[in-house]
Amino acid sequence: MRGRRALEHIPYARFLGVTLEEDDGDGSICRLPFRDDLVGNAALPALHGGVVGAFLELAALVGLIDQTDSERVPRPINFSVNYLRSVGPRETRARAEIVKQGRRIANVRVVAWQDDPAKPVAAGIGNFLV
Amino acid sequence: MASDERRYALGALFGTGAAELIEHIPHCRRLGMEVVRVAPREATVRLPYREELVGDPVRKVVFGGVITTLLDHASGLAVFCSLPELTAIATLDLRIDYLRAAEPGCDLVGRAECYKLGAQVAFVRGSAWDRSPDDPFASLLATMMVGANTTLSPMARAVRERGGT
Repeated sequence: MRGRRALEHIPYARFLGVTLEEDDGDGSICRLPFRDDLVGNAALPALHGGVVGAFLELAALVGLIDQTDSERVPRPINFSVNYLRSVGPRETRARAEIVKQGRRIANVRVVAWQDDPAKPVAAGIGNFLV
Repeated sequence: MASDERRYALGALFGTGAAELIEHIPHCRRLGMEVVRVAPREATVRLPYREELVGDPVRKVVFGGVITTLLDHASGLAVFCSLPELTAIATLDLRIDYLRAAEPGCDLVGRAECYKLGAQVAFVRGSAWDRSPDDPFASLLATMMVGANTTLSPMARAVRERGGT
């Protein structure tokens, strides 16, 4: 799996502890285990919004690498994150979907959830140079 | 500054970086993030370069999402620096444009400005740079919910414990 190899080679992915599940035919799913030092709001507690955004972008990148055979590592042009629910102290998952794969640009959408895929905690979309 | 101190909940902390604005946040502590400066409606934050934050091991460039953390945090602080009274806030959405790769080995600095504070939503813009604010590597637009939940803002608690408000 190219995506899994990419995760092993990206220092920040190792820092977050992100892993990739086998593709169930519906796209790649990344997992972000909970850790105390990822918390941004200790009163709730909730993950730092930046960690959530970074995890979504990482899931989008890995999904793109996993589902295409591009030689280069795609580079992000821009990335948007919508925060839908507070992201609590437990595992978060994200599934990436390539909306459009062009010759130079790929557009990737990603949704993250915790307990229930029908209750997303965050959603992202971005353009990557491939 | 006297009028600002009365108008803004965090007015007493305006000026150079106040550690109590950030030290109670576990993830910021883990990253070694520092507040460079807070002022009315704006905040500047520094993130020291670290190998473990690299996204491209060949070019040694910090992962894009780390810039999201830097600018999301600067945005939150900029909103706090706009509020007449501290309340909980939450990021509703943000968009980052990656203008160029950040310089390997350089600390990252992010500044955000709350250019409109509504009753329920705050609008923020910002940018991040390595060597000069005139040559940013990323720009940001964000919106934040104000009075996001009923929990006492951890920011309010941290500042109050220090006698800041």
